[in-house]
Amino acid sequence: MATTTPVRPTSTASILRGQRLPRWAVPAVGLGALVLARVLFGLTGNHSTLGFVVAAGLLFAVALTAVSFAFEGPRQARDRLATTAVYTAFVLAMAPLASIAAYTIARGVKRLDGDFLWSSMFLISPSGPGGGAYHAIVGSLLVTAITAVIAVPLGVLTAIYLVEYGEGRRLARAISFFVDVMTGVPSIVAGLFVFTFWMLVLGFQQSGFAGALSLVILMLPVVVRSTEEMLKLVPQELREASYALGIPRWKTITRVVLPTAFGGIVTGVMLGIARAMGETAPLLLLVGTQVRINFDPFGFSHTESNPISTLPTYIFGQLTSAAGSTTAPAFDRAWAAALVLIILIMLLNLVARIAARFTKARG
Amino acid sequence: MADTTEQASAEEPIGLRVIPGRADSGEIAADIAGGEAAPDGPRPADRRPLVTVRPDTPTAPAPMSPTPATTRIPAPDRTPIAAARSTRRGDAVFRGMSLSAGTTVLVIMAAIAVFLVYRAVPALSADDANFFTTKEWFPDPSTAGGASVFGIAALAFHTVVTALLGMVVAVPVAIGIALFITYYAPRRLASALAYVVDLLAAVPSIVFGLWGAFFLAPNLTGVAVFLDRWFGWTGVLQYRPDSIPANRSDFTAGLVLAIMILPIVSALAREVFRQVPNAHVEGSLALGATRWEMIRMSVLPFGRAGVVSAAILGLGRALGETLAVTLILSSAYNLNVHILEDGGVTFASNIALKYNEAGPIGTGALIASGLVLFLLTLGVNSASQYLLRRQLKG
Repeated sequence: MATTTPVRPTSTASILRGQRLPRWAVPAVGLGALVLARVLFGLTGNHSTLGFVVAAGLLFAVALTAVSFAFEGPRQARDRLATTAVYTAFVLAMAPLASIAAYTIARGVKRLDGDFLWSSMFLISPSGPGGGAYHAIVGSLLVTAITAVIAVPLGVLTAIYLVEYGEGRRLARAISFFVDVMTGVPSIVAGLFVFTFWMLVLGFQQSGFAGALSLVILMLPVVVRSTEEMLKLVPQELREASYALGIPRWKTITRVVLPTAFGGIVTGVMLGIARAMGETAPLLLLVGTQVRINFDPFGFSHTESNPISTLPTYIFGQLTSAAGSTTAPAFDRAWAAALVLIILIMLLNLVARIAARFTKARG
Repeated sequence: MADTTEQASAEEPIGLRVIPGRADSGEIAADIAGGEAAPDGPRPADRRPLVTVRPDTPTAPAPMSPTPATTRIPAPDRTPIAAARSTRRGDAVFRGMSLSAGTTVLVIMAAIAVFLVYRAVPALSADDANFFTTKEWFPDPSTAGGASVFGIAALAFHTVVTALLGMVVAVPVAIGIALFITYYAPRRLASALAYVVDLLAAVPSIVFGLWGAFFLAPNLTGVAVFLDRWFGWTGVLQYRPDSIPANRSDFTAGLVLAIMILPIVSALAREVFRQVPNAHVEGSLALGATRWEMIRMSVLPFGRAGVVSAAILGLGRALGETLAVTLILSSAYNLNVHILEDGGVTFASNIALKYNEAGPIGTGALIASGLVLFLLTLGVNSASQYLLRRQLKG
């Protein structure tokens, strides 16, 4: 329907968009809220930082909505309120991350030195000073390596079955479903299962290998899921071209599909390793406590326990030694080990990131 | 490439001849696709990749890789029969390997249930109290012939309270994060910001426990005092005057759980929001909706089931979290509804605390409680996956 009335925009707003607040309005309201909150807190004599931040934030949200309501109307006001809420949610998530990083670094650097990285707790009094986490770092790497050696082939083959062979079958659907459910199996239950199966029923004693078995349960679904995603991304044309040339299916998968998806699979494996490395609960049950350097995670037997130290169980052990005291040397060791663990996991994540970028660059 | 050769696949069963005139139509693609969907079904098995490559005609299969992969053609000195046999064997072996790997997942899940039940039953029959309604945990009798009393009432109560609190706090924030990354953040920053949120998932559970017990708990006192003053009338947010509020309490544990499940819930919510058809989003914006109206009317209704399943998944994670909760809660086997007061014990923290000193019945009792936790998370996760699959399918 054509109208003949000529539209003449007013000076500040187009007739189509309505009146809008200028760009400087948001920071101006923010500044006002901060000042007002400061004045209010000065009057009441309240000194809580958290309270101040919350009050300023609330004042900002209310003021901005009110101003917007007056100038722009209810719809824009609601939009601005929602925008404030969404930004707040993001800040709320970042605050703990920043706090954890800052606090762990602040506490951890106290004991993070060459001595800590290169010595074990052998002949060191649990509550005394000195000692280190070398044996725990070695143990963590060994246990994680065994986990990866078992979980990666198993996970990649499962993903191959799901993508290349199982398409649409009932068995594949069941496996896919249970892979997702398996992601949610609590780590302590995985530990308890291996404890029951490996130690109570088969009668073996604690060893690094038993810990690795429980970590396999936790790492397997991560590897399957990410590998599956990557295999699905391999263009169907590549497979068809290979079949057209008479290449059998298994060779197509090993020579064409897997190399194409390689970078993405590495990323998934790295993320799985990072998850396995940070797990504590199953290791408490299965690897025991050890103060010496132990390079033998496989020495499991029916009679002799072969405990191995890992970083998470080391942290837990040091906390127990500290017995609630925040000034004990064991407490500092716990934080230093936590920092080492975080750095190791972040490094793995970084490698995964780089591997992902590398693949993307190759197309 | 060889000129106008009719090249049958090496997998071709012997006796089948190449039918001229059939392969140069659209059937090629159909054949290949058919072979894909059911590689060894009765029908496609005997008429699989029957491809005639005619480079000079436009009807040659279009989706060929641009590089001629002539090196991958089986060596000419191998007879077709030998090639077909070894191929079939190779395929069978590889297929068997991948199938058995896939089945391992099912076997592991079944084995977890079977072994836990197998070890839990003797302890359950030794229990002199009701396993479901007893709060105490004294499975190993102190004297010979004494009573073995244990139950999961307190464990279940605190597990559910902390996990629910974690979910209630985490879900709105997680939805906000997902919306922020999908619709608010500058395009170039979005993936970097998503990565930063995912970093939260990389923090080990024991570090969350350390942080929660030694940094968060002491700093929550002010919040707890505030909650008690204004919301103490609810009863739940009330604490005894003689206790330190929100120190080693369900409240602190719930907040830490909320932070821990945040990256999981928001990643899943992001995934769901990404599925919203672009036409819906652009359509509502084109009709003059504000960004919030677009989200409220196009995005949220579309993603509701997905968000619910993300929330349930987060709940499942929170239920089974061990070390963070163990380090924060001061264990107390009670049914205290005042979540700001110290105390509480969950399934997982009970196992972590008691496994070391457990006797024969005690170990079985812990396994029984682990079985309950396993079934609980299994149910919650299955519900979540069911909802999610329905959502992503249509």
